[in-house]
Amino acid sequence: MNPLRIYAIAYLIFLYAPILLLPVFAFNDGQIIAFPLQGFSTRWFAELWTLSALHDAVGNSLMIAVCSAIFATVLGICAARAGARHKWPLKGPMLSFIMLPLVLPEIIVAVSLLIVFVQVLGLGLSNWTIIAAHTLICMPFSIAILNGAFGNLDPSMEEAAMDLGETRWGAFRKVTLPLVVPGIISSLLISFTISLDEFIIAFFLSGANPTMPVYIWGMLRFPAQLPAVMALGTILVTLSICLLVIAEYFRRRGLARAGLKDTGGFL
Amino acid sequence: MAGEQGLSADSKAGLSLVAAPFAYAIVLLALPIGAIILFSFWTQDFITIDTTFTLDNYREALGGQIYRTLLGRSVIIALSVTVVTVVLAFPIAYFVSFHVKPSQKSIWLFLITIPFWTSYLIRVFLWKVILGFNGVVNSGLMGLGIIDEPVTFILYNANAVVITLAHAFAPFAILPIFVALEKIDRSLLEASQDLGETRIRTFFRVTLPLAMPGVVGATLIVFIPTIGDYVTPELVGGPSGTMIATMIQTQFLRLNNAPLGAALAILAMASVTAISLAFIWLNRRWLR
Repeated sequence: MNPLRIYAIAYLIFLYAPILLLPVFAFNDGQIIAFPLQGFSTRWFAELWTLSALHDAVGNSLMIAVCSAIFATVLGICAARAGARHKWPLKGPMLSFIMLPLVLPEIIVAVSLLIVFVQVLGLGLSNWTIIAAHTLICMPFSIAILNGAFGNLDPSMEEAAMDLGETRWGAFRKVTLPLVVPGIISSLLISFTISLDEFIIAFFLSGANPTMPVYIWGMLRFPAQLPAVMALGTILVTLSICLLVIAEYFRRRGLARAGLKDTGGFL
Repeated sequence: MAGEQGLSADSKAGLSLVAAPFAYAIVLLALPIGAIILFSFWTQDFITIDTTFTLDNYREALGGQIYRTLLGRSVIIALSVTVVTVVLAFPIAYFVSFHVKPSQKSIWLFLITIPFWTSYLIRVFLWKVILGFNGVVNSGLMGLGIIDEPVTFILYNANAVVITLAHAFAPFAILPIFVALEKIDRSLLEASQDLGETRIRTFFRVTLPLAMPGVVGATLIVFIPTIGDYVTPELVGGPSGTMIATMIQTQFLRLNNAPLGAALAILAMASVTAISLAFIWLNRRWLR
């Protein structure tokens, strides 16, 4: 066997080790997260139903993630379409600036927004402050995905529609939009996943109502709650893998519709 | 910017489309960063902000032993994470690009990116379980009879932070290198071997130089965000693995000293930027 392939498999084991351990401890009938295992139990999942503060946090997170995903994708569509179809002065610098949150440490985004919201604008912290910040950090991911969808669309298709009497908007809606719908769905799902999982910005910007990751962070400090965290984690991993598989399916369909070869990866 | 009359219809259409996302980034990114820079030159006494210009925060941040230690350690940990992540990632990117059938490449990339999208907090916490005193690594090694008592150098120190972050940032390093490797014209490699170079020399003289843009991208995309990581040092770092983000958080949320926190955040960003620019510059010189 090729030594590189052995290395690749070992590397995949390294990547998946934490995720594979999650269900092991979630179904373990013991208070302590360590080996040896104590036997099978589903009581930690049952315990999740009793934590009403967790339910509120999950509700908050879902609301924030849905709003951020929609806003980031709408803004992403504008940027990706502009980048794919038009040229203007300072195009490169403007588009790179929009992509900047991709590489900026999240704590910088968090503290600078905290200063602006609280000290400069005097706003109270709420779910909306988190949505504003999550939209900002999801936007570059959305644009990266949508660039693939808008990238190699043939402009002559829209021109043909306009020659046949459609308005500019009509041509976009009836010709381009159906072709990029898979990219849009993929962008919504990825942005949703990022927002749902984001901790540090939510930690700084959440008001009285914590998001799910902020609530989990609190749970991590109490050993008695750790098994429930493992159970919650198992559910989250299962859900996000489902979302990602769907997102990947739509991303590929989008590429196929646009007549592109798959170059792999979301980023 | 050029006058409105000077813009073509195409430019206008592009600008009007990009206006919304660009304005959003200005309002929620450029302005806040401007505000944080301004704040770092002010002082705060509990809740009142004193807006007299002063360098006191920077004096304290650079003069105070604890701040200097934390900043220095953050840079060193970020550099180690970057080296470990990129060196471990390169063979994977190379394997997927050169040894995997084209039809299977995207499934490999998908497999590599999945763990990245699953709950960050819980993933980091599980490294604590893996590396801990009664953890998976220790139980495993003791079960195999390789060690007699648990090893402790892998949890609650900088090593644990490096291992955990190398795991967290793996796809960020693999993808840019993979993209660069995919762009290499395979006939160049054949040409090199036809002209008598060995496979190893071909790798070092053709493949690696052509892959450098990807390696540089991977390095920056891992190094820059790592310096501000908060979760990993808090969960697995222990006292000797604490990084600057913890101190920034303390200043902002516990000690109510936003200006000093702002100065620390800016110093961290400035160090990262300086090191990144130096790295890019060295690369340009070296590659020429």
